[in-house]
Amino acid sequence: MAEARPFLEEQFVEMPQQREASILGMWTFLSTEILFFGAMFMAYITYRNIYPQAFAEASKHTIVLYGTINTAILLTSSLTMVLAVHAARENRLNWVVRHLVFTILLACAFLVFKGLEYREDLNEQLWPGPHFKAGLPPQAQIFWFLYWTMTGLHALHVTVGIGLLSVMGWMAHRRRFSSQYYNPVDVSALYWHFVDIVWIFLYPLLYLINRSS
Amino acid sequence: MTKVIPRNVFVRVWGALLALLFLTWGLAQLDLGPWNAVAALTIAFLKMLLVLLYFMHVRYSTGLTWIFAAAGFIWLLIMVDFTLSDYFTRAMVPGNAGRSWEHGVWPPR
Repeated sequence: MAEARPFLEEQFVEMPQQREASILGMWTFLSTEILFFGAMFMAYITYRNIYPQAFAEASKHTIVLYGTINTAILLTSSLTMVLAVHAARENRLNWVVRHLVFTILLACAFLVFKGLEYREDLNEQLWPGPHFKAGLPPQAQIFWFLYWTMTGLHALHVTVGIGLLSVMGWMAHRRRFSSQYYNPVDVSALYWHFVDIVWIFLYPLLYLINRSS
Repeated sequence: MTKVIPRNVFVRVWGALLALLFLTWGLAQLDLGPWNAVAALTIAFLKMLLVLLYFMHVRYSTGLTWIFAAAGFIWLLIMVDFTLSDYFTRAMVPGNAGRSWEHGVWPPR
């Protein structure tokens, strides 16, 4: 039995049950992540409603070009990620490695653009505190506090994702997966798509709303 | 769960996601008043659904997976709902009328 199906852990009856258990476990973790980021979105909703003019003024200083490029990069990295899972399902492990490398490179490109953007933001003195950019209403600092916190924690999640996908790439390279067993790639992909979803909401909230009003 | 999804489904979903990105960017260049926020968030919601249903395979998953995937979002809605129902009703509390937001009146005057 164990020789026939070496990837089946002893507590499971069959492979589909094992696979669903790991997917449900990942979704349980992602629920905590939804509420973790959700608390920050809640703060954003509350303060945007209390200080609409200050938020409108403040959000005009974010750099839309960087935000848009980075959205396109993350959406594309989600495609390469799902293609890695697809290749695992079809037992083409070389393509799993290649698609994971594409995903990691796109994630690194995201962080590079984010870093360039942060440098320009800092040059514009958009860091909240005593030296905050003159001419903006004081409550604009709340917007910028949320900007640094939310994009910073998102960038941290991207960095963790790079580490995670690197391990997956190494395991695929060492032929640790097959079309029968690729749960680690599958659940890592769920994490990566979740990080993409967080950005899908950060992009309009931080860059788009009030851009032309 | 074991259903194999054709590869070009993912490529088409990616095309739709990029199309929505350029649509939302384009709409942000126009001054639509309050509709700017509605349009941007509706498009973000559509993009999230595409990622959830196709890239995260939820559409092809078991009912139990649907429940686990929905749970976090439902609890998030409860948090948003309770918090906003607090803020939006503060001005209705007797004795709060006419005081500034810092004293608990919503919306601020």
